[in-house]
Amino acid sequence: MTGTKITLAHGSGGLAMQQLIKDLFVKYFNNPHLSLMEDQAQLSLASFSNSTDKLAFATDSFVIDPITFNGGDIGKLAVCGTVNDLAVGGAIPKYLSAGFIIEEGLDLATLELIVKSMAQQAERAGVSIVTGDTKVVHKGACDKLFINTSGIGVIPENRCLGVSQVQAGDKVLVNGTLGDHATAILQARGELALSGDISSDCAALNELTELMQVAGKVHAMRDATRGGVAAVCNEISESSQLSICLKETQLPIHQEVRAVSEMLGLDPLLMANEGKLVAFVAAENADAVLAAMQSHPLGKQAACIGEVSDATTPQVVVEGLYGTHRQLQMPVGEQLPRIC
Amino acid sequence: MASYAALAIRVKGQVQGVGFRPFIWQIAKELECLGEVLNDNHGVLIKLLCPVDADAFIEVMQQRLPPLAAIDEIAVSEAYFSTLPTDFLITASQAGVTNTRVAPDSATCDACLTELFDTTDRRYQYPFINCTHCGPRFSIIKSVPYDRKATTMAPFALCDDCQQEYQHPANRRFHAQPNACPECGPKLQFVDSGGSVTAEEDEALTAAAQALAQGRIVAIKALGGFHLAVDASNAQAVERLRERKQRPSKPFALMVANAAQACNLAQVNTAQEDALTSQAAPIVLLTARQRSGLAPGVAPGQHRVGVMLPSNPLQHCLLSRLNTPLVMTSGNASGRPPCITNEQALKELADIADDWLLHNRDINNRVDDSIVQHNGERVQVIRRARGYVPTPISLPSGFEAANGVLAFGADLKNTFCLLKDGAALLSPHLGDLADADLFNSYQENIGYFSQLYDFTAQLGCCDAHPGYLSHAFAQKHGYPVEAIQHHHAHLAACLVDNDKALNHEPVFALVLDGIGWGDDSSEHDFWGAEILFGNYHQCQRLGGLSPMPLLGGDKAAKEPWRNLLVYLDVYVENWEQSSSSLPISLLQTKPLTLLRSALTSKINCPQSSSCGRLFDAAAALLTDCFEWQSFEGEAAMALESLAWQALPSAAELKLELELEFDQRLAMKRLWQALVGCSSSKAERALGFHRNLANLLLGMLLDKAGDRRGDVVLSGGVMQNRLLHELLVSGASQLGFNVLVHSDIPANDGGLAVGQAVIAWANVSTEVQTSASEYNHD
Ligand SMILES: [Fe+3]
Ligand SMILES: [Mg+2]
Ligand SMILES: [Zn+2]
Ligand SMILES: [Zn+2]
Repeated sequence: MTGTKITLAHGSGGLAMQQLIKDLFVKYFNNPHLSLMEDQAQLSLASFSNSTDKLAFATDSFVIDPITFNGGDIGKLAVCGTVNDLAVGGAIPKYLSAGFIIEEGLDLATLELIVKSMAQQAERAGVSIVTGDTKVVHKGACDKLFINTSGIGVIPENRCLGVSQVQAGDKVLVNGTLGDHATAILQARGELALSGDISSDCAALNELTELMQVAGKVHAMRDATRGGVAAVCNEISESSQLSICLKETQLPIHQEVRAVSEMLGLDPLLMANEGKLVAFVAAENADAVLAAMQSHPLGKQAACIGEVSDATTPQVVVEGLYGTHRQLQMPVGEQLPRIC
Repeated sequence: MASYAALAIRVKGQVQGVGFRPFIWQIAKELECLGEVLNDNHGVLIKLLCPVDADAFIEVMQQRLPPLAAIDEIAVSEAYFSTLPTDFLITASQAGVTNTRVAPDSATCDACLTELFDTTDRRYQYPFINCTHCGPRFSIIKSVPYDRKATTMAPFALCDDCQQEYQHPANRRFHAQPNACPECGPKLQFVDSGGSVTAEEDEALTAAAQALAQGRIVAIKALGGFHLAVDASNAQAVERLRERKQRPSKPFALMVANAAQACNLAQVNTAQEDALTSQAAPIVLLTARQRSGLAPGVAPGQHRVGVMLPSNPLQHCLLSRLNTPLVMTSGNASGRPPCITNEQALKELADIADDWLLHNRDINNRVDDSIVQHNGERVQVIRRARGYVPTPISLPSGFEAANGVLAFGADLKNTFCLLKDGAALLSPHLGDLADADLFNSYQENIGYFSQLYDFTAQLGCCDAHPGYLSHAFAQKHGYPVEAIQHHHAHLAACLVDNDKALNHEPVFALVLDGIGWGDDSSEHDFWGAEILFGNYHQCQRLGGLSPMPLLGGDKAAKEPWRNLLVYLDVYVENWEQSSSSLPISLLQTKPLTLLRSALTSKINCPQSSSCGRLFDAAAALLTDCFEWQSFEGEAAMALESLAWQALPSAAELKLELELEFDQRLAMKRLWQALVGCSSSKAERALGFHRNLANLLLGMLLDKAGDRRGDVVLSGGVMQNRLLHELLVSGASQLGFNVLVHSDIPANDGGLAVGQAVIAWANVSTEVQTSASEYNHD
């Protein structure tokens, strides 16, 4: 590769682009499907095993400032995000596509770091990046680098996860501390005088979700990214017409995140995560599933944070220390003050 | 067919279920009139055989109106009888007739009180005595028409004596639906902490009085909900109640036996005495006396105490057996709505109360104690509930056809409002909708009110704040919903309170508030202290306090010091060195670098021109309320109380006008005076109020130029009596005609009325517009 920065030529379709693909993407994502350099990946149907299995298909785009932060980078995020979207549906993620929109002038070294990180994360998660695309846009038309990933996975027979399965009495589980990613990003932006050392929870959860489903009946799972646990619970409550009561004292929150969010007036329940799922589990299996979560490195601090119940009017409620019941709303953009 | 000339007198208003027909019967007997009186869909119809002096009849009627009756309209027309009447009769209501108005709960009348304490009366010390002039109404009604079987008195069959009273028009208990006696009516039970009934009826009263005298906390069932009571002179008992209720400093309301005892605790003028002894029997905020014998924990840091008189016979019986004022605070666990059922009280108050004084008459509708204050002779309702609800608020001229509008109110201090047949039906004070249980009762209450008043909403309206629960809820009903700007709604509520007509020209307004979602005319979303120019139809923001960041969003409303930091950083150079006062050094222990970086990076620091937060900032500097507020308004109330200490007499309350037209300079002067000045904290607190009044009036004058006319004073901050009086005085001196609140709360409890009338005004304009367009063809 010539030069140290991305130029418009890298997106021209010509030689520079060919070289970029070969020297960077194919090199790191290295797998037989990609190496053929066809316009499409050709996947054998046998790899999707039984015909009664279902195929899961998900896509997500990643834009984040800054593109590297404590605990991850945009590449790792792009792999984990789509892997998690598949995994929380009960799927075993198999193949990913990756689309890059790159701002002219980006350091090649930076791009290489991110591509490397994607490759590592894909390997760890047991998925292959089998097809991709690259565009370079004029300076200012995008911010450094945007990535889109799509993924397909297999949902084995007999697995049926979804909001329709959620029932009154279900326990609400999370696999660990809330708000770490949002705090790490605040810190990484350097706008906040934060001294702590919080790293993003960015991680692929497919191994954990497999363990959980072996341990007991999981009714539904959601990836608690933007809008945090609050958004997940409101979505589930809204579509199931059930109430969800969370116990404030049971919420796993990193001490530093708690301190920062208290000082800044942010609610960890609304803060973004990149490696946290919320699971709705049949009450009789909750202990077993929780134990399975806690046995995995990504679930050491897993906790049961609440319960689903019947209600004439579905609400998401946080029960406080003294038995107060505060309604937890669907986040409206940023947190808006309402106290008069 | 024979026909005998007659005059028909139609009376509209609160004339049903209040002893109106027997009252007319008595007048007719006295004036020797023949004819009849009956209830119908519109109210009461009186038919008198001619010749008759109808004017004289009406005059007597108006002079001697029964205590709970209120007449909105009287119309006389010609009529006839087909058979010659030989007597004056109370004619039974026609089938299908609905009682149009439900009366509010009313404190025990003098006649009942006399009986209550008459050893020879059959209702001596009977805690449920009532008559057509007093007793429970709204709190026990389940549906209309207002009839015993539609109330929670239904399970109690009248005994023969009570039945006789109920049937005889000359009796004070003629058609008194909750009529009861020891024989047939509700009964008391005293329940100890173990949950067992240890005394009944009169012995239950004695047991409760004894428990209170011993300093125990007793949960007592009242008209519209439970109270928690303790001896207000027993410091330990009061402290225990505070600890168990997790209520560190919010003032407790007091109950005393009579007005004379109220005078022992606080200064009571005539207007205040009238309010105390009124049928509504609200909590009246009174300036506390020194050495009143009250425990210091009753209203820590406050110059006023909230005092009420008994509003039901049970409380009269209890107070008469005790020689001490009682704390009578609402019977709820921390952060929950007050209990209304025995089961709730036994369960939810289990960790608070020592004993329970219960009875077997159910409360159907929760109505909290109302709160009023006085500015001079003017009564201002701060919380409108028991004794006022559900009396309709009559609307000004132009709103006669108003109908079908449902206003969902604000999220905090929530009330909702229906417009029906030209009147506003404002719900009782409910509270903060963020509480899950309260939100459920909000929904139930809206349904219940709609059913009670046979109301179908055609148009909804709600606050414009996109994050309000009431805003989201309003959208779920299928009819169109208008979002109404918060401050505009305050303005409109004040116009209604001052009986300004639908087509009233735009007026100036100073709306001083915590926060209210603004409109597109300003860069900041969260309005606070704003100068407006508007009427029901339109509203324009002319200016307001400069926006400041809410450091930590809603946290800023809870923790006064956050606002102090924000104001000091902007208005006081080198504030760290400027003073050695405790708050200044406390502030320096906060993580200032982190907080300032949040301010710079605008992380959860939305801009707001909040007036409430400005008060919080000043209170953090001058009062003990620095770290956090345990209840809404605590800091501002502490600051006001402090300022009053510097006033030799309230009569001196005139604002020395020193208008500064440059807001930045005025604010700078205000803050420098707060921080640097060597005068006492009380004087500085007073100076803050004066400077703020001058600043606001300066801003008003700047915008008004040569224009004068009406100026509305509204918003939650107007509960501050000191600032309110300074603004009234200053605005009057400047030549404005000042419009203030009286029956409708200036705070968010009155917002729903404003929302409703604005929504109606918009609809009726559309009707007019389309009509005039039609005329062009
Ligand atoms: Fe307000
Ligand atoms: Mg996603
Ligand atoms: Zn009476
Ligand atoms: Zn009886």
